[in-house]
Amino acid sequence: MLHIDNLHVSVADKPIIKGLTLDLPAGQVHAIMGPNGAGKSTLSYTLAGRGGYEVTGGTATLDGDDLLALDPAARAAKGVFLSFQYPLEIPGVPALTFVRTALNAQRKARGEAEIGAPEFLKRARATAAALKMDFEMLRRGLNVGFSGGEKKRMEIFQMAMLEPRLLILDETDSGLDIDALRIVSEGVNALRSEGRSMLVITHYQRLLDYIRPDRVHVLAAGRIVASGGPELALELERDGYDKYASAA
Amino acid sequence: MAADQDTVDTVAALAGEKYAHGFVTDIEQEFAERGLNTDVIRFISAKKDEPQWLLDWRLEAYERWLALDEPDWARVHYPKIDYQDLYYYAAPKQKAGPQSLDEVDPELLATYAKLGIPLKEQAFLAGVQGSPRYAVDAVFDSVSVVTTFKAELAKAGVIFCPLSEAVREHPELVRKYLGSVVPVSDNYFACLNSAVFSEGSFVYVPPGVRCPMELSTYFRINALNTGQFERTLIIADAGSYVSYLEGCTAPMRDENQLHAAVVELVALDDAEIKYSTVQNWYPGDAEGKGGIYNFVTKRADCRGARSKVSWTQVETGSAITWKYPSCILRGDGSSGEFYSIAITNGRQQADTGTKMIHLGANTRSRIIAKGISAGHSSSTYRGLVSVHPKATGARNFTQCDSLLIGKTCAAHTVPYVEARNANAQLEHEATTTRLSEEQLFYVMQRGLSQEEAVQLLVNGFVREVLQELPMEFAVEAQKLVAVSLEGSVG
Repeated sequence: MLHIDNLHVSVADKPIIKGLTLDLPAGQVHAIMGPNGAGKSTLSYTLAGRGGYEVTGGTATLDGDDLLALDPAARAAKGVFLSFQYPLEIPGVPALTFVRTALNAQRKARGEAEIGAPEFLKRARATAAALKMDFEMLRRGLNVGFSGGEKKRMEIFQMAMLEPRLLILDETDSGLDIDALRIVSEGVNALRSEGRSMLVITHYQRLLDYIRPDRVHVLAAGRIVASGGPELALELERDGYDKYASAA
Repeated sequence: MAADQDTVDTVAALAGEKYAHGFVTDIEQEFAERGLNTDVIRFISAKKDEPQWLLDWRLEAYERWLALDEPDWARVHYPKIDYQDLYYYAAPKQKAGPQSLDEVDPELLATYAKLGIPLKEQAFLAGVQGSPRYAVDAVFDSVSVVTTFKAELAKAGVIFCPLSEAVREHPELVRKYLGSVVPVSDNYFACLNSAVFSEGSFVYVPPGVRCPMELSTYFRINALNTGQFERTLIIADAGSYVSYLEGCTAPMRDENQLHAAVVELVALDDAEIKYSTVQNWYPGDAEGKGGIYNFVTKRADCRGARSKVSWTQVETGSAITWKYPSCILRGDGSSGEFYSIAITNGRQQADTGTKMIHLGANTRSRIIAKGISAGHSSSTYRGLVSVHPKATGARNFTQCDSLLIGKTCAAHTVPYVEARNANAQLEHEATTTRLSEEQLFYVMQRGLSQEEAVQLLVNGFVREVLQELPMEFAVEAQKLVAVSLEGSVG
């Protein structure tokens, strides 16, 4: 699925990611953990194609296709979805309109027929119910006046509607209370499937109690410095990132 | 960031080229002699076969205009206009007063077809269900080419015709109301208009009648070095309702063209007028060369109790816009609304807003103004809310939002508030935001191209106002908004 090989990324001429290599096979969930400033958000933005994140070396491919050559919309159409740490507000654009516009843009890019309004609404209702969201919220401007938890839930709603193949969850647990964390995690777990991979980026182990990863990688100073099973996350929780920070 | 240089380049490349209505109609036209003097005014008046009182009215306006100074308080900059270098009358040569579409010059019909303006009534009557059906008065430079659906409107008692025809057919109405909202010497441009106005629409809706269809006037400036000075007069008698829309386009020319119109609305007891404008005059090229100077006076007099006037404007064109559609809330319980989207790109300048003059008791007004600036443009909202001593219980709500795209544009908000009645409730909200790279990226990450992302964000920003437009025009306006901002990503 996703292969990242010796990736180097600079932001404003400052190297942030310095030789990152990662293999994420289809159907697996990998966690990326690391201290603040390790390059976690830079990695997610780079994979999604945000401007200002300059790839100075290395490759990233999705099913063999060069991901880095595509613009953000084309990556989305290929199935890349980034759940933002701080989802943006879009005043005047109801969430339903937003998601339907996005879904149809992706389908068009893939040469598929647009989804009709009745089918879309049916799916939206079912998805909102599963996420315990008030459907009326989807008629309001996207994320406008939403709480942190509601915004994250809206990200998961979009994810479920767009059915991406590569999910990147950037600090999804930040700003969530324990109930919201559980609901959001359940939403993510419901999306786990054979053909879908997830990159769960987090600072804290607590999210991984809910979303169980197949592998855990430690990102420090722009590189993967350790990899292991879920037990690695527990070790980090206990000992902190100190030893990796100095190793890097 | 890199995106900013791209923005500047793309905007520069697109600013003058995207204008879809910039063609010139090659047609033989008749002009008044160049420049302005009493002979030219007499010529225009004679062309229109006007009665003596109207000629006198024009000449008096001209005398007063000579004594006025061009206003300079607006936040717009342009070289001094040489008023003697303009033509004040231009008309396509055709048989006097065509009685039906068959008699209209095919070249003119082709022009309106190209602009997408429907002049054939049959096309609607036979049209698919739900297709737009509205009456059109098509004004080409200084004359009206044709007015559709007149017969059907007449059945309902509604008069919809060119102003010059109304002067002949309904002199008592014209004489009673012309200049009663915007007095002859109200301001420099209105005064000039009063002297030389050549065409415009006249609407009268009798008491208790709900006008059976949307009315619209489509203004087209074609001739070179010619000013367009139309004058529109709409009267909604007691308990009546009318919805009216004006659209405007002009060819792409290197010379600036002057458009100084006057619009007067009169709403009597319990009457309602909804006036919408989709203004798409040629904005000039990327360097600011050419384009229309749009210096317009629009005012409504809510003369009757509980009368209501609603202005909705989508301003995307013109090199310079100077207009403040206003409401005089004279009748007790009358209300005025102003919904505006003003978009500037390239080197465009807009100084626009409204005045709500609360004279009567329990008068209400609502102002929603959305300004979008891109490129090197400048957009100013200028508004006045004035509550007079007798306007007990007056209420106003004002909301001004500005959206900036890129780093080289500017937005200004200049609200004036005068409250001379302690009882009045006035609310004012204003925001200025820049379309952020982060917001754009968020939308693009969901699968939208950069252009689509800007459109989505802008449409969201102006949604409240677009909703106020008649349905037939809302879609068109939405497209126009998108086209005006093509390539303006920042």
